[in-house]
Amino acid sequence: MKLALAPDRCSGCRACELVCALDNWSALNPKKAALRVHGHFPTPGRYTVSICDQCGTCAEVCPTNAIQQNEHGAWLINGEDCIGCNICVQECPQGVMYLHDDNGMVPIKCTLCGKCMEFCPTGALYDADGTIPTRR
Amino acid sequence: MIPGYGGNILRIDLTGKKASASPVPEQWKREYLGGRGFIARAFWDEIKPGTDPLGPENKVLMAPGPYTGQFLSSSGKLHMGALSPATGGYGDSNMGGHFSLELKQAGIDLLILEGAAETPVTVVIEDGKVTYRDASAYWNETTFETETRLKQELGEAWQIMVIGPAAANGVVFACIQHDFGRQAGRTGVGTVMASKKVKAVAVKGTKDVKLHDARRTLAAGEKMMDQVMKQPGFTAWQPYGTPEVVPWASSQGVMPTRNFQTGVIEGFQNLDGPTMKAKVTEIDKGCTSCAIPCGKWGKGVLNGKEKPQEGPEYESIALLGSNLGITDIQAVAYLNGVCDELGLDSISAGNVVAWSMECYEKGFLSEEELGRPMRFGDAEAAVAMFHDIAYGRGFGRILGQGVRAAATHVGLGTERFAMHVKGLEISGYEARYAPAMMLSYLTCDIGGNHSRSWAVTFDVATGRENFDGKAERVIWLQHVRPLFDALGCCRFPWVEAGLDPESYVGFIEPITGMSFTWDELLKVSERVWNLTRMISCRHIPGFGRAFDNPPPRWVEEGQETGPTAGKHFTREQVDDLLNRYYKLRGWTEDGIPTPGKLEELGLGFCAEAACK
Repeated sequence: MKLALAPDRCSGCRACELVCALDNWSALNPKKAALRVHGHFPTPGRYTVSICDQCGTCAEVCPTNAIQQNEHGAWLINGEDCIGCNICVQECPQGVMYLHDDNGMVPIKCTLCGKCMEFCPTGALYDADGTIPTRR
Repeated sequence: MIPGYGGNILRIDLTGKKASASPVPEQWKREYLGGRGFIARAFWDEIKPGTDPLGPENKVLMAPGPYTGQFLSSSGKLHMGALSPATGGYGDSNMGGHFSLELKQAGIDLLILEGAAETPVTVVIEDGKVTYRDASAYWNETTFETETRLKQELGEAWQIMVIGPAAANGVVFACIQHDFGRQAGRTGVGTVMASKKVKAVAVKGTKDVKLHDARRTLAAGEKMMDQVMKQPGFTAWQPYGTPEVVPWASSQGVMPTRNFQTGVIEGFQNLDGPTMKAKVTEIDKGCTSCAIPCGKWGKGVLNGKEKPQEGPEYESIALLGSNLGITDIQAVAYLNGVCDELGLDSISAGNVVAWSMECYEKGFLSEEELGRPMRFGDAEAAVAMFHDIAYGRGFGRILGQGVRAAATHVGLGTERFAMHVKGLEISGYEARYAPAMMLSYLTCDIGGNHSRSWAVTFDVATGRENFDGKAERVIWLQHVRPLFDALGCCRFPWVEAGLDPESYVGFIEPITGMSFTWDELLKVSERVWNLTRMISCRHIPGFGRAFDNPPPRWVEEGQETGPTAGKHFTREQVDDLLNRYYKLRGWTEDGIPTPGKLEELGLGFCAEAACK
């Protein structure tokens, strides 16, 4: 499973943000999603999406090795080892690690659960490995 | 506290710049659900008889619902209400986009704007905390300019609603715009916001919306998203949105043309979905969690000038296209962009300008009086008149008071073709020989609007001449369609894609913990329908059957062309339709809910306010 992006297809519906937060945090709260849709209106009249490509920069800069890669290729934060320094948030090249008051010092990060790809109605988010079928 | 809600009523007094929060009564959630239900219930308590629609005692009410922002397709709706400056009675409108969830995440289920600021302000709400910004410098700016400005000042994560110059200058059909093209268009809610000197409301919310059972809410949402995208109707509607209706409406002769003189225009093919997709649409633009989406973003073009805009959707194509005698989709999109940036309801704006064109062509109004020749088909003349309306110049100032007031001002029999019900301009269906659709317009609680009961397909399916079953169908639709407005989501997954509406029952328990059957949900809708009728009774002197009358054109003239050319019903036949409707509703012969009916619905508190 590899999260990929075709931003020209994005309609800005943010179903990805909703399902991400609901699946990972059992919350109706797109502020807890690990990706973001950005609208650029009235000009140029387009959406862009910030997603995690599991580049591993967060793990490289983490001073406590709190971020480890699992067997599916996702870098996951071990909350017990995280000291809340936020260096990973600052250094994330895509800007997709987020802080939320409810989660204390531990950032929110993509777990590669696949829900955003599964439910993106337009195929703007898709699985580059083809494991998850694209909607259209 | 029942979950699925933001939790609070936030009351903002613009006069004293004070804000206070209180919990939403739990009983309201069970009896009114949210959204339109909360609006109607709060309207009764908050807006007293004798209120001037543009006085500080009127209030702007805004409410998401329990389904708002949920991971189910098309959950971005926000409902708004106010005493309407267009009709003098119950007014409401709703818009899509992303504002509604943000408001709910700020902890708000009902926002009340009351009083009036001395100078223009932008109201800023962050997780329930309210601050005010001076908006004097941009009070008369276009909607696009102000939303762009506030996005730059506050940040892109904020959701913003704005009014344009039309509202600032007292046009009674001014809308509230959000997300560069989503409108709460009808009944002048933007005009009321302007009377409070509020240019914009910006909101940011970061809180969780509590769910009764998050895992089952997710599972229900996954199933629903999946089902929507597998519906045959999804495949047909998705590429075009509501312009898909254009060829059908034209072939049935129900597409308003040249101020409702007829119901089909030569060249309607140039206004259809595929033409729009080829010539206007650049990308899809969706509301919260919408799998469809009907929103299309692109450019309008008129004589080489370009205007970025969202849409046009069917209603705007009907009122700014065929009803103005225009069949160039790029020009219609341009006109739509003009209405949006000025903050004009495109339905009412198209309707009043069409009336002015008929007045000009028939010699009731001169070039001098109108400021220019107003001929059907002249898009440049329409652009100029929209600006005159929005900035209160020349005859535009008269048209900005709505078609009923304009026709009363001009007289000379022009009232006969002033196409409104209760003072609200009729929207995109030429319904003189479509009894269920006509009855829908006549009895719609805000005036001449289609959204409460879109019954024209039923007329075509069951016989245009036939009255049997029509009142029953209209009542059913008036309960099912506004139910979505109370739940806080869009009905297009049902109306467009073809999902079973009863499937929406399945979300209420996982989200809120409350149990409802489908019939119990419809009972809520019936309660709200009777309440909004009583609100208009309370505010409009002599309200009753006389306010459910069709415009004379619909009962005196046949359409010029089309499959029902020459045909119309008589006043007596329309009275028969209304009689059937009132009887089924348990209302008096004058169209007033009886005390017994009100008691049955738990509305005993408004029985004493029956029309005087």
